[in-house]
Amino acid sequence: MTHAEATHRTSTGLDSRKIGMWTFIGSECLLFGSLISTYLVYHGKSVAGPTTREILNIPLTSISTFVLLMSSLAMVLALAAVTRGDTLWTRVWLATTAALGSVFLGFQVYEFTAFVHEGLTLQVNLFGSTFFVLTGTHGAHVAVGVLWLLSLLVRSFQGKLGPEKALNVELAGLYWHFVDVVWIVIFTVVYLLQ
Amino acid sequence: MRLRSRIWSWVTTTDHKRIGILYGVSAFAFFLVGGLEALIMRLQLASSDNSVVSAETFNELFTMHGTTMVFLAVMPLSAAFFNFVVPLQIGARDVAFPRLNAFSYWVFLLGGLFMNVSFLVGAAPNTGWFGYANLTSSQFSPGLHVDFWAIGLQVLGIASIAAGINFIVTIVNLRAPGMRLMRMPVFTWMTLVTQFIVVTAFPVITAALVFLMFDRTFGTNFYVVAAGGDVLLWQHLFWLFGHPEVYILILPAMGIVSEVIPTFSRKPLFGYAVVVYSGLLIAILGWGVWAHHMFQVGLGPIADSVFAATTMLIAIPTGVKIFNWIATMWGGKLNFTTAMLFSVGFIAMFIIGGLSGVMHSSPPADLQQTDTYFVVAHFHYVLVGGSVLGLFSGIYYWWPKVFGRLLSESIGKWHFWLTMIGANLTFFPMHFVGLLGMPRRVYTYDVALGLDTLNLVVTIGAFAMALGTLVFVGNVCWTWRKGEAATANPWDAAMLEWAIPSPPPVYNFSVIPTVKSRLPLWSEDGYEPKPLPEDPPGPIHLPDGSYWPPVTAVGIIVAATGLLTGSLWVALAGIGMLVVGIYAWALEPFEV
Ligand SMILES: [Cu+2]
Repeated sequence: MTHAEATHRTSTGLDSRKIGMWTFIGSECLLFGSLISTYLVYHGKSVAGPTTREILNIPLTSISTFVLLMSSLAMVLALAAVTRGDTLWTRVWLATTAALGSVFLGFQVYEFTAFVHEGLTLQVNLFGSTFFVLTGTHGAHVAVGVLWLLSLLVRSFQGKLGPEKALNVELAGLYWHFVDVVWIVIFTVVYLLQ
Repeated sequence: MRLRSRIWSWVTTTDHKRIGILYGVSAFAFFLVGGLEALIMRLQLASSDNSVVSAETFNELFTMHGTTMVFLAVMPLSAAFFNFVVPLQIGARDVAFPRLNAFSYWVFLLGGLFMNVSFLVGAAPNTGWFGYANLTSSQFSPGLHVDFWAIGLQVLGIASIAAGINFIVTIVNLRAPGMRLMRMPVFTWMTLVTQFIVVTAFPVITAALVFLMFDRTFGTNFYVVAAGGDVLLWQHLFWLFGHPEVYILILPAMGIVSEVIPTFSRKPLFGYAVVVYSGLLIAILGWGVWAHHMFQVGLGPIADSVFAATTMLIAIPTGVKIFNWIATMWGGKLNFTTAMLFSVGFIAMFIIGGLSGVMHSSPPADLQQTDTYFVVAHFHYVLVGGSVLGLFSGIYYWWPKVFGRLLSESIGKWHFWLTMIGANLTFFPMHFVGLLGMPRRVYTYDVALGLDTLNLVVTIGAFAMALGTLVFVGNVCWTWRKGEAATANPWDAAMLEWAIPSPPPVYNFSVIPTVKSRLPLWSEDGYEPKPLPEDPPGPIHLPDGSYWPPVTAVGIIVAATGLLTGSLWVALAGIGMLVVGIYAWALEPFEV
């Protein structure tokens, strides 16, 4: 099987999958932009039920935010490890990233449950509707990211994640850092700038 | 058995040329469905107090006519050209992600069928293609009508965004050596611009539809006035998407016209760079005009003035393009083939539609015209006179490249004139009907309005257009049996797609060409001096097909059905299929 050499040469010199991921991230920015704008437009418009001041637990969410930030650091280290062909540390850092992501999700599950107990539901007011849909969409993105990282981990244990496949980790990393950055924006807008 | 393996090879194909043909055939079928819906509406409106259909059915007809023509006919018909033509124009062997390309097609097809199944279960969408809140709330729209529409649009959005990413990467990254950005054919340029609009505009309507689906399914308050919600949120989000969508519909046709007119004027496009930059400017300005759809809600004098001004501004790059096309024809050796006639028809019709568009960019005028047939006249001049004529021009122009046979020119002229006369007979009187006070989207009108004659003329025009479309179908059948075989470059055109045989071999280019100018086949030194060899010098690796893209697409539609019917098990089955499809897709050996 000969590869037509031309198909591996690209106009920009970058791998197509990388440009594809950047384009996807650009598209996602508009999705989160719409969700965050809607949250802001409806800020303070709720006519019933609990809103930000009564319910948001900033110290708790600061911890989960810190956890997610640290996961980005682990992600960087995982990419560095796979690039230099260090199988052991690739696995360690991929597992760490996935674990920190899961801890973040655990915090979110706890937060959502606590809010519902305190009377903030999807239905009760505009804050509930916008808050849960915005943070829930973000949480779903984190969950997809965790699954992706775990899949890479499995591939590593199958011996299919050598340095020649570093791009696979890089793509997951791009996605992961993006989801992380979106959370920084959400944390600032929803929690800090009440 | 043989037939079965042939069908299987089409289902699993990842060849951009075959996917282009699939897009074209499916989109044309949906075009006929949307046209049929229009004809039934015109029968109902042929005379006053008519009762061909009920008011309820009429609501379903105008909703599905708009939705079908925008999302299931014009967009995928443009996609047919993106798929077939763009890789050839940039000298590539396929798109960047062939399986994602197949996935886009299957999701589009299944999403389109999903929406139309609503007719069979008596719950077709009925709140207009714009689905204004809070008419779409479960209180005012019980039943599955709106769910079919909202879920169907979400599914189609997945197809569009996936295709958008694919074509951006293809054009940015897979150009032949020497094909610099400012050497790209204008059709490829307009494809690139269109896809940038797609990937940025669709997420906005995705968010709006998520809110709608949550309101209907989980009782959230996004569009609930009693809870402090604002129904204008929907309008803002919808038109933030909706106005750029207009350019998603027209820019590909502008790209086609920019290929056809130079070819049949035997002159390079006048002001290439200006045409390209105008396209970019239209895309950028298109983000700042959405509230011209909302003058009647009372946004206040400042907002009205700003949006009126930006809307008028956008007429400038559009007008520039028109002058460039006319200047290209000026002094050229004109050859009025059917493709050329459709392109010239495009210019004439688009000018009329553009002028009425500028008319209602002024809020006081718009307040008189909004919700009347005047607006219907305007956007049909740009969508039928513009997009559809442009797409037909492209069909006649590239048909020989796609199928290796030339469509009949004499039948084609009948097709053109019937369409052109029919369209003007249909849409020109609508200006007067509208200014005389006939509202849109109302299933009947009183005889006292005195609009019976004009409406009858409109109906006759619509049937003339339908006849034109039938003539086109006849042309295709005739060409299939007796059409003249096409050479590699029957029009003596300038772009790379004409450098290879018609129809192209599966690998497109035996050797990837090196491009030296904007008009590779016209200029002396534009093309590498030795013509492409008949057979590739060495074996070319081409990926086999894959059935995981259609499996993944089916997973999405099963999940959508679960969501529609509220059946958790069906939804989970669909998601399961989706996950299996994605993993199998990622893990199967597939070299591009
Ligand atoms: Cu508009």
